[in-house]
Amino acid sequence: MHVPDGFINAPVSVATGAVAAAAVAVSLRGARRELGGDGLGGERTAPLAGLVAAFIFAVQMLNFPVAAGTSGHLLGGALAAILVGPYTGVLCVSVVLLMQGVLFADGGLTALGVNITDMAITTTVVAYLLFRGLVKVLPRKRRSITVASFVSALVSVPAAALVFTLIYALGGTADVSTGKVLTAMVGVHVLIGIGEAAITALTVGAVIAVRPDLVYGARGLSKPLELKVAPVAVPAAPGAPRTEPAAAAAPAAASEAAEAEPKSPAPAAAPRSTKRVWLAGVAAALVCAGGISYYASASPDGLEKVAHDQGIDKQEKDHAAKDSPLADYSVKDITDARLSGGLAGVIGVGATLAVGSGVFFVVRRRRDTDPAVTDERTPERV
Amino acid sequence: MGAGHSHKLYRHGHSPVHALPAHCKIAAVFAFVLIVVSTPREAVWAFGLYAVLLAAVTVAARLPAGFVLKRLLIEVPFVAFALLMPFVAEGPRLHVLGMSLSESGLWGAWNILAKGTLGVAASVLLAATTELRNLLLGLQRLKMPPLLVQIASFMIRYGDVITDEMRRMRIARVSRGFEARGVRHWGVLAKSAGALFIRSYERGERVHLAMVSRGYAGTVPVTDEVTADRAQWTSAAALPLAALAVCLLGWTL
Amino acid sequence: MTPMDPMSPHDSTTAPSLEVAGLAYAYPDGHQALFGVDLTVARGERVALLGPNGAGKTTLVLHLNGILEAGAGSVAVAGLPVAKRNLAEIRRRVGIVFQDPDDQLFMPTVREDVAFGPAAAGLRGAELEERVTEALDRVGMAGFADRPPHHLSFGQRRRVAVATVLAMRPEILVLDEPSSNLDPASRRELADVLRSLDVTVLMVTHDLPYALELCPRSVVLSGGVIAADGRTQDLLCDADLMAAHRLELPFGFDPRSVTAPV
Repeated sequence: MHVPDGFINAPVSVATGAVAAAAVAVSLRGARRELGGDGLGGERTAPLAGLVAAFIFAVQMLNFPVAAGTSGHLLGGALAAILVGPYTGVLCVSVVLLMQGVLFADGGLTALGVNITDMAITTTVVAYLLFRGLVKVLPRKRRSITVASFVSALVSVPAAALVFTLIYALGGTADVSTGKVLTAMVGVHVLIGIGEAAITALTVGAVIAVRPDLVYGARGLSKPLELKVAPVAVPAAPGAPRTEPAAAAAPAAASEAAEAEPKSPAPAAAPRSTKRVWLAGVAAALVCAGGISYYASASPDGLEKVAHDQGIDKQEKDHAAKDSPLADYSVKDITDARLSGGLAGVIGVGATLAVGSGVFFVVRRRRDTDPAVTDERTPERV
Repeated sequence: MGAGHSHKLYRHGHSPVHALPAHCKIAAVFAFVLIVVSTPREAVWAFGLYAVLLAAVTVAARLPAGFVLKRLLIEVPFVAFALLMPFVAEGPRLHVLGMSLSESGLWGAWNILAKGTLGVAASVLLAATTELRNLLLGLQRLKMPPLLVQIASFMIRYGDVITDEMRRMRIARVSRGFEARGVRHWGVLAKSAGALFIRSYERGERVHLAMVSRGYAGTVPVTDEVTADRAQWTSAAALPLAALAVCLLGWTL
Repeated sequence: MTPMDPMSPHDSTTAPSLEVAGLAYAYPDGHQALFGVDLTVARGERVALLGPNGAGKTTLVLHLNGILEAGAGSVAVAGLPVAKRNLAEIRRRVGIVFQDPDDQLFMPTVREDVAFGPAAAGLRGAELEERVTEALDRVGMAGFADRPPHHLSFGQRRRVAVATVLAMRPEILVLDEPSSNLDPASRRELADVLRSLDVTVLMVTHDLPYALELCPRSVVLSGGVIAADGRTQDLLCDADLMAAHRLELPFGFDPRSVTAPV
């Protein structure tokens, strides 16, 4: 989705540039609040946001194998929003995009506004709003955070595709109908969104297991837990500059997971929340897929759609080649399967459900095997 | 990627183009690309002239043509995308070699291809003649908020450090016999990503402490202020001005 | 009075470099780390701060330049109390070299990083350049000014980290585990640099031979208080004291056999 120069005409490029600049300006303010000083004096925004941007930049290069040699990457908008807050998230992803554009010619300079608007602003804002909404609705448990992460990341990616289509409708230079672009973009990005959602939820879950205080989106939630958990947390992280000890704990937890992964089965998991997970997943998938099916049936021209789908697909592919964040999660076979117009939605929902429930199954098992989490869950349940 | 200070695209040299202050170059390249994007796609010759202009800059910067051309390969994937447009776009169709091609699709493909290529080439020239640090300072001089420049500098400074940590974590996983082969292993990879985030965030906190300990109070002092004189602005403006002339001709002819 | 004025003579000649009295501190979560620390370091002294993990060493260090605020007791640097209103000057006077040089070297080039402290205090132009050159010279890294930090070896990075605080002409240099992760050659080079400096040094370390080599005097921080204070050699030879505070000498090292610096 890194849009090159010339794809969107000059006036719309400039206008989106203004939108992006305004959003970044607002985010600069908001980020100060999110990362605000902790009484140490001085401004924490620059080093923290800079390091988070470096993290996003690095984690986009982490390969998540899908099948048969294909692999996906994290895009990071939703993850950033959940971990460090929406303003900082916008800022970090924007900086990553800016550096990619200026240094690596990845994404056109005039298209920077377009790229920031859909990939930095839309993903983070949509993901965060949805995330906060879900966290409010779902029971106050850690697992709800994982669920909310999954759903918000899942929706954020097609939302970005939707915004891109809107921009395209306003100032696209290619003579391809908006309906077709929408179908292809949203269709492909629902699939990408599933990968994004799974990785985001797992990553947020991993952070929350070790340093729940670092998950911005869950701050309100962790407050009541903190009191009961305190005696456990203290030896692991003694005090304010608790950098070294916890840094040591983090890799330990990661490696622990590496070893302990597919072992002991889940004891009892609250059945109610599993159901909620399912319902939320189904709802989100239907919302996304509904759009696709609608447009898919609205543009029944099979052959043209084939070419177009592949075109968009190719465009996605170039990111992988360039190490860019918007790499494709798309698997060739799935792309082919999606070709037959109206089926897209059905397949989308099916895949969402399958992957979604698979992920939650794995997550649930993981949480139960992870001793740290089990410890902390006890007070939760009581 | 993220080769830090001396990034891969930079090519050390002492040409007049290298010597221009970064903010002049950034402004010039940005104006140039904007002009190119505004040019009507039917003025095919105009894009040829733009290419000549960029070639002239390449010569002035004493960059080998091969160096620049090789860097252009970054756009190959979207060339493929552009090539598909004639097949999918609407409108009246042409029949060439037994293929049915959309006329407007052909124009669309040409438009994206020409403008995209020129855009990439201009960015490549900028990155090839300007050091990373100067690029950031140039952006700051062009009124990009200093805080954003700081964030970008930290991202560049620690991009390598964190990528390195990620690589070491991977080696640690592999050394214990773990090889991610499919979706089943995402959990472990995500744990690594989570650990990486925690490390990055905590490093951010430590960096902040180190900064505060040396008197940081929110702004990084600019110690080597680069200013541009009129002559430098004029030579930097040569590129967009020439392009503007071409563009205006393109609209009138 | 500019903040960068190197060691205004009125107070610093008489007052000790560092004076900590009755310092106690509890973290916001209630965990108390310091229980009344008393420590005085005279000008020009080199003192090692020893102690087991979790003894409160880092907490103490973060009080020295006001990053943490004392819950009780006081800290004064060359006579100037550590308090909100003095923070800028205190941070100039106390140069902390953190354990990981990658945390310390956050600017894109060595030169900019060394210039950061003095520039934050208002120095510019030739004066700033002179500070940078002087500081890099003192650690033997003058030829590396334009290099990005991550292109240096670990030992070089640690020496540059020392230069970044030397450039602020501190009253006291505080080093957190200066010898960690260094190969023997880098370790010796750093020792040479530290010995050559005419500045008060407080060195937090687990590396007992290094403490013996560089610091005539040592204090042991244990359980949040100063548990011992004396000649480094005497401390290291006191097997009971060492055992009581989880301090262990490396295998084969006998502090009695070494001629310690006076």
